[in-house]
Amino acid sequence: MSNIRLARRQFLALGAAGLGGTLVAGCDRLSESSDVQEGLSSAEWLTYRVQRLLGGRHALAREFTASDVSPVFKVNGSHMPEGEEYAALLESNFANWRLRVDGLVAKPLQLSLADVRSLPQRTQITRHDCVEGWSAIGKWQGVPLAIVLQRASLLPTARFVIFHCADIYERAAGGTGQYYESIDLIDAFHPQTILAHSLNDVPLPVGHGAPLRLRVERQLGYKHAKYVMRIELTDQLGRFGRGKGGFWPDRGYEWYAGI
Amino acid sequence: MGEENWEPAMSEIREADLGQPVQRSRRLLVYRHARITRLTHWINLLCVTTLLMSGLQIFMAHPALYWGQFGADTDRPTFEIGANESGDGPEVGFARIGSATFETTEILGVSRNASGDTVQRAFPRWATLPSWRDLALGRRWHFFFAWLFVANLLAYFVAGIASGHLRRDLLPSKQQLRPRSLLKDALDHLRLKFPHGEEARHYNPLQKLTYLVVIGVLLPLMILTGLTMSPGMDAILPWLVDIFGGRQSARTIHFVAASLIVLFVFVHVAMVFLAGPLNELRSMITGKFAISFEDNHE
Repeated sequence: MSNIRLARRQFLALGAAGLGGTLVAGCDRLSESSDVQEGLSSAEWLTYRVQRLLGGRHALAREFTASDVSPVFKVNGSHMPEGEEYAALLESNFANWRLRVDGLVAKPLQLSLADVRSLPQRTQITRHDCVEGWSAIGKWQGVPLAIVLQRASLLPTARFVIFHCADIYERAAGGTGQYYESIDLIDAFHPQTILAHSLNDVPLPVGHGAPLRLRVERQLGYKHAKYVMRIELTDQLGRFGRGKGGFWPDRGYEWYAGI
Repeated sequence: MGEENWEPAMSEIREADLGQPVQRSRRLLVYRHARITRLTHWINLLCVTTLLMSGLQIFMAHPALYWGQFGADTDRPTFEIGANESGDGPEVGFARIGSATFETTEILGVSRNASGDTVQRAFPRWATLPSWRDLALGRRWHFFFAWLFVANLLAYFVAGIASGHLRRDLLPSKQQLRPRSLLKDALDHLRLKFPHGEEARHYNPLQKLTYLVVIGVLLPLMILTGLTMSPGMDAILPWLVDIFGGRQSARTIHFVAASLIVLFVFVHVAMVFLAGPLNELRSMITGKFAISFEDNHE
């Protein structure tokens, strides 16, 4: 009797382990299939549509008070762009740095850091949410992207804003790991979308993207491109990087990172 | 229970009427679960399993929980999974709640990869979707099935309210809520004494309360705390952040509620096995549930 029971127990345990193993293997097979990945990705479009429908252009991210600021704002991703070019810029304290604004614009711009600081400013204390799960609160100061874009005067065909960055995050075999990001015009003209030059009342430290980083407050951290060198207006994302509109989107992450 | 408590909505079929032999004189097949209940139950199982496993994949990217608006490496976590390298010896996985630390090697913090090597990862490979570390793909699975989960739960609520299923089958009666009947029911559960005859027609009070807490509290809580983690949704519905006391608190509650759902599933499956797995499973597939009366007439 007890032998039978033991055999039955073993059978059940083996059965459960076998079933579990088959499930894990089955799920992995599904995960490897590009059709499945594409099907799963359809949820991103739905999330984007619904959040745009509900939040529209103007829903604001929460702004906090000075007492809410994180004691330490974590540095993530690139800590310091490699290469002599950036090193030279850093050494001159970005005196020779120029932000290029071009692509589908009527008036291409070249802005120095002093130019950026002399444009109308916005200061906001907001929460930065990393795709990994952590959050940090910091005080950002910079020029609203909308003001820069208005000065450059967009052509009617412009649909996306591309941010070309100085850092190479992972040098990949099939092309460079040059960091870039992109947003649509709704986020580009959102009042809280700024090109920040200061964090917590001091000029951006190198780890946080000196001399200039994007803040796009209704999306996750990887959208907030650091070390911005050039802003390009375009009508399509396909011809940049691997065609998905950003360094991390090219590596499987959502282009719309509102969730 | 008297005749007046008989469930008028349930259709009764004597096995004899189905052309099957009457095994015992008093065995009754009742129509227990409506089609929508059965359908949403199995879709929910698929969604919750996928969400749980892809959720653990996502959590592996930063296996620490905080309370409040913010939380990162230098802030004090309320819960944390990690690995210690103890000199020359093997790595030791640990889980820490507050100041209490537990060694959890092979399960949390340190486990084996596909080739059998010991690696640092918060959860073992059999528990995550996909089994290898891939935050991007874990998120794809999570958000696709999150939409399906929400749609399925909404369909269940709409149908359950329209048909009266929620009120009739899940809302405990005043009688059932009396301390005496709750106590009796708790003791019956502890003795693994399952209802027979008339009593088996309805869910018992603890069963009703458990289902109500899971369906009415835990599952909606998962959705709300999940939405609170979305920076886009926080701009659209700022009160989300307020009701949970911050995005990181919401993330912690998301994890706790998920753990409670796992606990429920364990108990739920155990109860199905103890109460008669074939009969219980059949009732959730075909809707028919057999009630035996003979034990009731000792």
